[in-house]
Amino acid sequence: MAKQISLTIDNQVITAPEGMLIVDAAKQAGVNIPVFCYHPKMEPVGMCRMCLVDVGRVQVDRATGQVVFDAEGRPKIGFGPKLETACTTPVAEGMVVVTDSEKVKAARKDVLEFLLTSHPLDCPVCDKGGECPLQNLTLAHGPGESRFLYADKQHLNKRVPLGELIFLDRERCIQCGRCTRFQHDVVDDPVIGFYQRGRALEIVTLSEPGFDSIFSGNTTDICPVGALTTADFRFGARPWELKSAASICNHCPVGCNLTFDVRREAAANGRTVIKRVMPRQNEQVNEIWICDRGRFGHHYTESPARLTRPLVRRNDELVAATWDEALALAAAALKDAPPLLLAGGRLSNEALFNLRQLTEARAGQARLYTPMSGGAVAIQAGLSAGSNLGELGKGDAILVVASDLHEEAPLWWLRLKQAAGRGAGLIVLAARPTRLDKFARFVIRYAPGGEQAALAGLLAGEGEAAAAFAAARNAVVFYGSDGLDLVGSEQLAWLCAELLAKTGHLGRPNNGLVPVWPRANDQGAVELGYSPAENLPAALRSAGLVWIAGADPAGDDPELAAALDGAGFVIVQELFLTETARRADIVFPVQAVTEQEGSFTSGERRVQRFYPATAPLGEARPDYAVAAGLGQRLGLALADQSAAQVFDQLAQIVPAFQGLTFPALAEAGPQWPEIGRADLYYGGTSYDNHQGLGAHLAAPAVPLRLPEMKPTPAAAAAGEWTALPVTRLYDQGALLAHSELLRGRLAPAAVWMHPATADQRGLAPGQMVEVLLSGRKVTRQVCLDADLPQGLLIALR
Amino acid sequence: MTEYLLLRHRDIPAIDQLAVYRENGGFAAFEKALKQLQPGDVLTAVKASGLRGRGGAGFPTGTKWSFLPETIWPHYVVANADESEPGTFKDREILERNPFQFLEGLMLACFAVQARVGYVYLRGEFWPLTQKLNRCILELEQAGLLGDHVLGTDVSLRIYTHLGAGAYICGEETALLESIEGKLGQPRLRPPFPAVSGLFARPTVINNVETLTNVPLIIARGADWFRTLGTEDSPGVKIFSLSGCVNHPGNYELPFGTTFRTLIEQYGGGTPDGRAIKAIMPAGASSTILVADAQTLDTPMDYKSVAAIGGQLGSASVIVVDDSVNMADLVNQTVHFFKHESCGKCTPCREGTYWMAHITARLAGDQPDAQDAALLGSVARQMQNKCLCALGEFSTMAVVSALEKFPQDFGIS
Repeated sequence: MAKQISLTIDNQVITAPEGMLIVDAAKQAGVNIPVFCYHPKMEPVGMCRMCLVDVGRVQVDRATGQVVFDAEGRPKIGFGPKLETACTTPVAEGMVVVTDSEKVKAARKDVLEFLLTSHPLDCPVCDKGGECPLQNLTLAHGPGESRFLYADKQHLNKRVPLGELIFLDRERCIQCGRCTRFQHDVVDDPVIGFYQRGRALEIVTLSEPGFDSIFSGNTTDICPVGALTTADFRFGARPWELKSAASICNHCPVGCNLTFDVRREAAANGRTVIKRVMPRQNEQVNEIWICDRGRFGHHYTESPARLTRPLVRRNDELVAATWDEALALAAAALKDAPPLLLAGGRLSNEALFNLRQLTEARAGQARLYTPMSGGAVAIQAGLSAGSNLGELGKGDAILVVASDLHEEAPLWWLRLKQAAGRGAGLIVLAARPTRLDKFARFVIRYAPGGEQAALAGLLAGEGEAAAAFAAARNAVVFYGSDGLDLVGSEQLAWLCAELLAKTGHLGRPNNGLVPVWPRANDQGAVELGYSPAENLPAALRSAGLVWIAGADPAGDDPELAAALDGAGFVIVQELFLTETARRADIVFPVQAVTEQEGSFTSGERRVQRFYPATAPLGEARPDYAVAAGLGQRLGLALADQSAAQVFDQLAQIVPAFQGLTFPALAEAGPQWPEIGRADLYYGGTSYDNHQGLGAHLAAPAVPLRLPEMKPTPAAAAAGEWTALPVTRLYDQGALLAHSELLRGRLAPAAVWMHPATADQRGLAPGQMVEVLLSGRKVTRQVCLDADLPQGLLIALR
Repeated sequence: MTEYLLLRHRDIPAIDQLAVYRENGGFAAFEKALKQLQPGDVLTAVKASGLRGRGGAGFPTGTKWSFLPETIWPHYVVANADESEPGTFKDREILERNPFQFLEGLMLACFAVQARVGYVYLRGEFWPLTQKLNRCILELEQAGLLGDHVLGTDVSLRIYTHLGAGAYICGEETALLESIEGKLGQPRLRPPFPAVSGLFARPTVINNVETLTNVPLIIARGADWFRTLGTEDSPGVKIFSLSGCVNHPGNYELPFGTTFRTLIEQYGGGTPDGRAIKAIMPAGASSTILVADAQTLDTPMDYKSVAAIGGQLGSASVIVVDDSVNMADLVNQTVHFFKHESCGKCTPCREGTYWMAHITARLAGDQPDAQDAALLGSVARQMQNKCLCALGEFSTMAVVSALEKFPQDFGIS
């Protein structure tokens, strides 16, 4: 920890770490120094000149090097002739900072007058109006009127698409460079930049497609004016008309904290609709950022294709029915046969709990629908309570195995990039290049099927990477399923756990294993007793009753569709009439995450609450209530009044959740940097967190017991026409299919290979080719990727 | 003046040929340094000579070199050949006509700070000159004066030219470094200073072309000899770029301490039609405008004396303004230049120059607003002490001084 020094800011004596910038030290002391270009998450540039303050320093005699004292024996303070930028000047012992003198007030007024000479003053139609730092700071510090002749205003293009997601209004831009610095320095996507100079300076995109970054939306949050707006929210609503609901992103296992901003609209027949998705601060999870999938991928919740009434099969046709009818029919079916429950990882903890309770009561099996395994390992060896990736740095090690984090869990990628920047030793083990390699101290490449051997090398202590990992103060391992199946990923998980155990990196904060699941609550499902089915087609075919919630096996895989056709009675809980739902005997319409309350367990084993943002669509009910309704008819009392009630039961029964309550998950404390509505000028429009930072699950008391490892399966997957299954952020999944905005970014149904590999096989780009993917034959279009190792084929799952 | 020291081509026209330059003592200083001196000896000599930077600030060159920490490597030397100040055209003549003396100076600077790479940053309009310089560098490599094992020693030294893209701001040393690094030419924050974290975040010396051209003389003839020229405060000779309302504009190599009057009347041949000199801008468009009274005209041109009458000598680009010139027109010219060249990084310069340009256009035109003159002064003063780099401050110099000294030209009685 840095040495603490004391200084005076506006007659208030405060302490701050040596080297902290004046602007931050003042903020901690409750003194707001106005800024535009400065942002606490980025390096200062001192461009906007808004933060000018008077800085006095302890005077030192040049000849003797001794402090000069005044008549009263106090160190003499010397003020320079110029004001200084508080955002670039570090605090020092004895410094005296004045932020409220007439000189400083005049400077603020002057700088604001300058900024406003070029500003269009179109606040009445500006998206930022009402939450605009320029507007707020002008009211607080600016001149009442301008001496600049309105006729001299420069007029510029007000609708410049930097890409299809982000628009630039050139007149409003104050050239603070927050957006360009965010893209260059924070997320390493230098796809926008300044062009020209002086008043002609403009933000341009440098990529094709335009503004090609999965983090682009964040620039609209930190833009201190209305220059950058999202295609989603542009001219959509005024900020003060919006009501906010706290939520958790359900698109990946990171669990980013979100805010859904909603408004009741005539255009939506008086319904409350989501106007925008904003990050909500959780410095232990997503800080103040989210990825564009989380921001723009919410439209499925309001799709007209959503199911709004229960459906039952009559005369081989699904027809609308009442809830009573449908529940009675389903309950009758459940009475006859033990269910095979197949649940998806996008369900809440509460839904998964009630579904499992009823399934067990009916002697059925609770299965998680997932291409990845190893959750049981994560229960024993998962990231310990009290961990924060933001604390990893020098002396720590992070190992990432078989995962393309930039595509699978963007915020984890960002957090690891930052940890590497703080000095953490990053080791990447992968079959192919990923965006994390650049920040890694060691990159270990293996041939498909060679991941276990590569890990065995680390376990055996071979090489520098192994030594660095073993010697690390703290160590975290992320493992994924890139190119792997259930067996492969489970064995990988065990090996990772063994490595952590062997090197003494378990049971302490900032140590442990993080599975990179494909879904938001896969880890929650595992914690609640779900496990993947080893042979799902066979299990489906032989089941008398299949109960599927939040999963679409028939849509994903023709073999599973065929298997489902062979199953007995099929009950489905769904948002949409999926291929699976089409094959059901009963379909229950369920609420989207935006309509209900509940909790998710992230890959870090952090349980976090989400809250309802909009009214349920039609007759849709929460998944947990569907299970409870069935339970009621089968003599099993399950909580059905609220998610909180379900969670209380869950916490009593499931040991890892013991002691947790909804109120406890809703606890929030002070976070640094301070952001939020009162601090828009400082942190941007990300929301501060009053609705809960969540809580880590407890580790089980039993020590890790490593199984006898099965021998590595022969590299059956390495056939010439076998493609490795991989995950892309913008996939072809059910959720993104309804977001028009992201349509152009969806990864094609393709098989990617090195140009030389295509040549060798006589393939041309665009040609259709049959490949083996996860054990089934699929036809995919040939796409070239010169970064891939030769001979390797990859395809979306 | 018996002998040209910097504009040697005026005595020896073919000195831009390596053989001719060498026949006339060229590279003797460099060879002496390489074979007989330690880097510290060269630094000590330059320090002792009192050589001050000719780019405008007049900072002691040897002191600048001594700031480079011995703990961070490699070191770089960058020659600033982005000569862009309106009224300044001295470096161009050196580069065009006496390039080897400049290159030798750059090589000596590299030797002194133990840099193995030197850069020459040239303004974009100097592209034909850059080609010439590249040929010179190639000749030096072929002659074994650059490359690995320079003159058979263990010293390795290379020089690269880098062409700007037409921005005045890139003459500001940190914007220049950004530009070499391939980034948008905008000034950096200081600290850290280039001496500690400059080009590619390594310790870097940045010197003006004319400054470096003095170095071979100091090494060859000694610091004491150098101090016999010029004044105590400003030793040596200076190339004064004379322009404006004079009969014979051009570069004049004269000792520091020559008076404005001598330069303008004796060398410049006075004003056309013998008109009265109204004002002098001693440092190009960035100047505080001096009223050309007898006291000013008799002021010796050295850093100290010009500062004493409230001006700056800067790069000594003396622009003469006679009584045919309306100061509102002149200020309109300088302000439009700065508006055009403002990099846009900091608010006061970006917006202030834009605003001032609107006002001066009215003042210089037919229909100034009654408030315009007062507003112009107010906007200029509002910019002062707030800009990120010196260029923003420079844009206000002519405005504020012209308003103060020639109010009648702005309709203020």
